[in-house]
Amino acid sequence: MKAFMLGWEFPPFISGGLGTACYGLTKAMGQLGMQIAFVLPKAGISRYTGPVKLMSAEGSVEIKEASEFENVSFHEIISPLRPYVDSSRHEAYSRQRGSYRERNARYIRSWHSKSAEQGENYPNDMAGQVHRYATKVMEIATVEDFDLIHAHDWMTYPAGIAVAKSSGKPFVVHVHSTEFDRSGEHVNQSIYDIERQGMHSADRVITVSNYTRNIIVGRYGVAPEKVEVVYNGVEHDTCSDSGSSHALPEKTDKIVLFLGRITMQKGPEYFLAAAKKVLEKMDDVKFIMAGDGDMTHRMVEYAAYLGIGHRVLFTRFLRGADVDRAYQMADLYVMPSVSEPFGITPLEALKHNVPVLISKQSGIAEVLTHALKVDFWDIDQMANKIAAVLKFPLLRRTLREDGHSEVYKFRWEDAAAKIKGIYEKILNGS
Amino acid sequence: MPSICFYFQVHQPYRLRNYTIFELDNDYFDDSKNAEICRRVARKCYLPSNLLMLELIKKHKGKFRISYSITGVLLEQLELYAPEVLASFQALAATNCVEFLAETYYHSLSFLYSREEFIAQIRMHEQAIHRLFGQTPRVFRNTELIYNNDLAFLIEQMGGFDMILAEGADHILGYRSPNFVYRPPNSTKLKLLLKNYRLSDDIAFRFSNRNWSQWPVTADRFAAWINAFNGNGFVVNLFMDYETLGEHQWEDTGIFSFIRHLPSEILKHPDNDFKTPSEVAAAYEPVGVFDVPHTISWADLERDLSAWRGNPMQENALAELYGLEYKVKNTDDRAIIIEWRKLQVSDHFYYMCTKYFSDGDVHKYFNPYDSPYDGYINFMTVLDNLNSRCHKVLLQKKREPFSILSGEPSPSLM
Repeated sequence: MKAFMLGWEFPPFISGGLGTACYGLTKAMGQLGMQIAFVLPKAGISRYTGPVKLMSAEGSVEIKEASEFENVSFHEIISPLRPYVDSSRHEAYSRQRGSYRERNARYIRSWHSKSAEQGENYPNDMAGQVHRYATKVMEIATVEDFDLIHAHDWMTYPAGIAVAKSSGKPFVVHVHSTEFDRSGEHVNQSIYDIERQGMHSADRVITVSNYTRNIIVGRYGVAPEKVEVVYNGVEHDTCSDSGSSHALPEKTDKIVLFLGRITMQKGPEYFLAAAKKVLEKMDDVKFIMAGDGDMTHRMVEYAAYLGIGHRVLFTRFLRGADVDRAYQMADLYVMPSVSEPFGITPLEALKHNVPVLISKQSGIAEVLTHALKVDFWDIDQMANKIAAVLKFPLLRRTLREDGHSEVYKFRWEDAAAKIKGIYEKILNGS
Repeated sequence: MPSICFYFQVHQPYRLRNYTIFELDNDYFDDSKNAEICRRVARKCYLPSNLLMLELIKKHKGKFRISYSITGVLLEQLELYAPEVLASFQALAATNCVEFLAETYYHSLSFLYSREEFIAQIRMHEQAIHRLFGQTPRVFRNTELIYNNDLAFLIEQMGGFDMILAEGADHILGYRSPNFVYRPPNSTKLKLLLKNYRLSDDIAFRFSNRNWSQWPVTADRFAAWINAFNGNGFVVNLFMDYETLGEHQWEDTGIFSFIRHLPSEILKHPDNDFKTPSEVAAAYEPVGVFDVPHTISWADLERDLSAWRGNPMQENALAELYGLEYKVKNTDDRAIIIEWRKLQVSDHFYYMCTKYFSDGDVHKYFNPYDSPYDGYINFMTVLDNLNSRCHKVLLQKKREPFSILSGEPSPSLM
């Protein structure tokens, strides 16, 4: 059984759940003995990622076969496509190369796209990019042999549809987020159309939660029996389990952490409104907003407007050891997302032994029990629960300890096994 | 022989409302929800069950006999929200076939934290039972059948009781049968009546379970199980929540019809009869010692305290609550003392149980909160508010040591 998988760049190169999910899932599927040809678009404009680097990556084929990825072969397409429209101008994606990639991944070939070198044309020429990407994918499909196509999120759907049509193989779309999550009610119609077409063309739709499944059924009109839920997992390698210990500045205040893209979807303004309420009742608290996004400047202004500017720290985009430090300092992690298909960061916080407060409008809230949950708009409850966690050490302890153990129930092996089952059902024609 | 001894626990807590740190008032309890639940359970369970019991007692001319333990907090709510239920319990009391047991008025865990409070609440409950039903209880049952040797010792010291009810826990009984009367190791007068949990749970938990090999159980089959004890037991103790009838086991499971036919089926055998706990105490002598150094209860599979004291949040909430005792009582503020006592209702701590939380099990059904964490946060926020009220009152008292009102009797021990 071999899957032709249209996926995304792996972390730490890209922040966010999609790359992380592609990484964990592909690795686990490979370990289950499933064959995968993995195609990924990568930003080609960075000086770190020129053709020379890629050649050297190709040169290290033998090293990787033995390590992380079994049964997986990689194809790169130079393309400025990015999974998250709202952060498309964010430079961090192409700033630093992932370290494990050179060590571990097996690259078959790089597929250069001429337009990639033209730079940031993505927001204006999205349709063109998606199309050019699809054309390249078609080329790759001709040299690969596979049983079905598996496409992750909307930008790969047109390519998937095209390959499915030309090869006659079954088509699976995997929905990690929808336009409604990213844009609320102000959806980009052309993206919605692509998503809808992809879901309707697919033989099966996989979603990361029931929350997302309901959106697929309710907003995209997909037959419910066609949609299956496969929850994401987390990496359980022991070294990153609780994050290595870092030297920290001396801490006098309690710290509440927001970590994620500062965009409408993540609900940063609710975090600040709740912070304001907490600070009315307690004064030894600091709120850290780690991350970046198109709402960052507005949030800095909003904090100032609320008169809590001195209690809110903006770190901008964090990576690597700084992420670990942020978790290590935190007494509570808050994910106030307005609409979150899954939500992997609460699990990462728990891995770092930080208790979590999450929005009920998230997939993770369906399955994580040892977490506090609120409606994202319920500022009073959010503030009340933040204050409770800061005030009651035993609440913090129970949430932290039980939550930490609960993270182990989220395994990519289980997700991969479930997907294997879905593949088998499709290929057996049931 | 054997005798059947029915005891029904009748209780509803005062549930807290959603109380945040931003509240400006001191209204901790969700009156409308409590009223709604009280009326619903009255309609589905208390009223039809009481009517049925009355009918059976009349029909069998005094041969059908039962006992109740009704908590003070439920009696208060019935007076407020469903007085017709109270009247029907009074009608049952008037038959002389119904015994009312004593417990802590607030269905509390006070035995584990404060002897003074524990004794005060038993006295309160006795008075309420006497006032409403004209009986002075001679049999004691502690909240959730929480029991150990110390409890027996304390109850004997208090005087006025002949018997205590407890769980017939396997790990204490060993090979012995719960169908006899036992005594505590450190007492000469008190007798112990132990729940036959298998037969009790056949009715309380398994009655409507279609996966149970014995389903459906009928009155004649159940009577046959009882008859099997003839000659090797004095008394079969069927202890359960009264809400089993109609609320936990819905009417359409056939539970009422089962109960309706049970007495006649049981009485078909000439050796069988029904006895209340006091009558059992008068009729049978203890056959052995029931030694319970470590506390037991009737809850969950563990039969221990883990449903209320199983995690650090529960321990903490209880310790903080009882830590306030003297502060609360020193305020001499009637409202503060009553509210502190209402917070002692054991249900508040049951809601914080994380034992089966991950599996989303039975605890959830009875839980007004989405999660144990919400239960803890809400409780602690209320307690924090109560604490600050105590401080205010105590500060005030310090300022006016010679208040003209200080001559009034203290309400704290009513």
